Amino acid sequence: MAFSSLTRRSFGVLTAALLASSALISPANAQTPPGILVVGQIAEPQALDPHAVTAVNDFRILMNIYDGLVRYAPGTLEVEPALAEAWEISEDGLIYTFSLRDGVTFHDGSAFDAAAVVWNFDRMLNEDHPYHDTGPFPLSFFFSAIETVEALDDLTVQFTLNEPFAPFLSNLAYPTGLIVSPAAVMDHGSDFGRNPSGTGPFQFAEWRSNERVVVTRNDDYWDGVAGTEAVIFRPITDANTRVAEMLAGGIDVMVEVPPVAVSQFDRAGFALHEQDGPHVWFLILNAKEGPFADKRVRQAANYAIDKRALVEDVLEGTASIASGPIAPAFAWAYAGLDPYPHDPDRARELLAEAGAEGAQITFFVTEGGSGMLDPIPMGTAIQADLAAVGFDVRIETFEWNTFLGRVNPGLEGQADMAQMAWMTNDPDTLPFLTLRTDAWPEAGGFNSGYYSNPEVDALLEAARVETDPDERARLYREMQVIVQKDAPWVFGANWRQNAVTRDAVENFRLEPSFFLLLRDVVKN
Amino acid sequence: MGGYILKRLLSAIPVLLGITVIVFLIMAMIPGDPATAILGSFATPENVERLNRFLGLDEPLWRQYFIWLGNMLQGDFGRSFALNRPVLDEILDRFSATLILAGTAFILCAVLGIVAGVVSASRQYGLADKAITFVVILGISVPSFFLGMMMILLFAVQLRWLPVSGMFSIWGGGNLPDLIRHLTMPAIALAVVATGVVARLSRGAMLEVLRQDFIRTARAKGVPERRVIWGHALRAAMVGIIPVLGIQAGFVLSGAVYIEIVFQWPGVGRMLVDAILRRDILLVQGGVVFIAACYVGFNIVVDVAQAMLDPRIKT
Repeated sequence: MAFSSLTRRSFGVLTAALLASSALISPANAQTPPGILVVGQIAEPQALDPHAVTAVNDFRILMNIYDGLVRYAPGTLEVEPALAEAWEISEDGLIYTFSLRDGVTFHDGSAFDAAAVVWNFDRMLNEDHPYHDTGPFPLSFFFSAIETVEALDDLTVQFTLNEPFAPFLSNLAYPTGLIVSPAAVMDHGSDFGRNPSGTGPFQFAEWRSNERVVVTRNDDYWDGVAGTEAVIFRPITDANTRVAEMLAGGIDVMVEVPPVAVSQFDRAGFALHEQDGPHVWFLILNAKEGPFADKRVRQAANYAIDKRALVEDVLEGTASIASGPIAPAFAWAYAGLDPYPHDPDRARELLAEAGAEGAQITFFVTEGGSGMLDPIPMGTAIQADLAAVGFDVRIETFEWNTFLGRVNPGLEGQADMAQMAWMTNDPDTLPFLTLRTDAWPEAGGFNSGYYSNPEVDALLEAARVETDPDERARLYREMQVIVQKDAPWVFGANWRQNAVTRDAVENFRLEPSFFLLLRDVVKN
Repeated sequence: MGGYILKRLLSAIPVLLGITVIVFLIMAMIPGDPATAILGSFATPENVERLNRFLGLDEPLWRQYFIWLGNMLQGDFGRSFALNRPVLDEILDRFSATLILAGTAFILCAVLGIVAGVVSASRQYGLADKAITFVVILGISVPSFFLGMMMILLFAVQLRWLPVSGMFSIWGGGNLPDLIRHLTMPAIALAVVATGVVARLSRGAMLEVLRQDFIRTARAKGVPERRVIWGHALRAAMVGIIPVLGIQAGFVLSGAVYIEIVFQWPGVGRMLVDAILRRDILLVQGGVVFIAACYVGFNIVVDVAQAMLDPRIKT
């Protein structure tokens, strides 16, 4: 029969094709060579211009290419010298004078000096600067307190502020304060973000869209030469695929391991790293109207929700329980409070006292978003806990940008409760922008629940202008005690960032800043 | 034929203009704006306004539309807010990757689907037909992203035969065998469903043709059965199969979005999803218009091919 010969033949063709393709398959798929570290990132970076970006994902690359005047000391959120060797702050807290490190050059060969520093801040802050149009610079308001920046000589820079602003130094340590090469910006214009040049331990080598960013060792680095020849950052957006790459040996370091996948790496060949960060996940409560206008009902919500179940079961240990508005990662400013215990009986008592049994609650939940952890499962667990003590909770779910569009203008007339999370570099930022009376949405802040306590306002205003760190810490501690009692939020969780490395990777550690510093990492 | 092609080309213009209006309005109407997406937690009204001014989003809508359209007609698709690079560069970079993936999947689904359909039809209700039908139904029923993940687990994580994701090896590689190794799993995962559909419809088209008189005549004249099937019958059946291929090409192109996510393929589908989530308006608009133009172009090619095969269609 013609057919049987045909099918036999096509079978033969198929087999030949399969054999040919299997010749392309090398059994041992060793993809990452020694001395070259491959990092699995969660997304493609937006740009490698530190002044133009806002995402932690981009910061992970930037912190290895650039230096700032100051940086966070390893393992802390306290500022130490970097490109500036020393600094002085005037009595009134308005003038900061930095002495710069001598003999540092940018990767493109141009010199790092006071003029370069001035140029960096001018580009960001001065709308008339010839290179201001290489922006936008969305976080430039971090430095809105700067009145003038002047080069006193080649190695001395002076910042004059328009008001005392205590977070100034830690803002300089943030990626928005990293120093870029003016020559490189002039050279590449708007494409600088794809051709970065800094002073850091690694220099930019290649960016292939959505495939990889390669940085190579800077052999002239002022603070010790890096332990690896090169680092490759691979964007792998899908968390399952990232896990599969890690298991298959396609990457050496994986950041942001999804909670459900953590246990997969609990075996020989892998090391799991964890680090609590400057992050707070909370529920904004509408203190202006509805049941949460009564402090007892807000406290009841804090007692009713089983936060241990949230962090251990829903988040599989990738977070710890939050006790107040400041994350424990800010060790120097943290009050060490005990979190609200899970006490449904106490919650019921408080509800009865307030006469709010069966209160109806509209709860805004997001599908996901920066720092939001696992918002939908967390939202439903919270709904169940609140129902158990007698709240009647209705969830409304939104995509992240839509969600921000609903929540940021304030909850009034819309909802009683909304999820939110912040990650900051200074203990000032979150409470200052979300808890003060002057930070109500109509005043341009993020106090979407309309919390107001004059004592808290006064403490936060005072802390912001206090240049003595000990006194500043005392003010924050006092503020935390009051806020915890007032319960403008349900204090939820502090994110514990994690990463997995392969055995060949040594000296890897996560920082409380959530930056990824790879200078000391060695790969065998 | 030249007139027909010209007519089809001219009719594409209002379609494309309509698409520019629709995608522009959709991006203008969906909640959330690029400034808020970029600023995240720090999106104070003041910061949003400053950024919108920088991005030119404070202009009235109609003006924004005509500026965009005018620039695009001159080949300038604008600059991506989120990626800070020209939209067209990004699209072309990404589109070539998608073309490699979708093109391979399309060739796989066309060749395998037609062969399976023809074999099936020529042995209707025989063992081969039943076996093929079973496999085809299975293929149509399995979601491609699920199949993709299962393939990764088996062939990349367990057996380590093929790389998990990406288009080229991260170090070295970059040649054709390297590309084929990376392409194998996503192309197959993407092709499976379309192959099933093409096979089912080819089988139907063939069965119809095989019952016609000219086939009986050919057989009676003693034409070898192989030529009857693959020469006479398939050629006639192609008139019915080609439009299906046209539809499947669109399906493969849109299905590439999931597959690109699962396999981290640097294609245009992934790019669009990211761009939408970041409210990267110009990249979304440019990408959609570009893809739509390709789709419209492909349909014209299909129509012309069909008209060439079957002169009755050209009217």
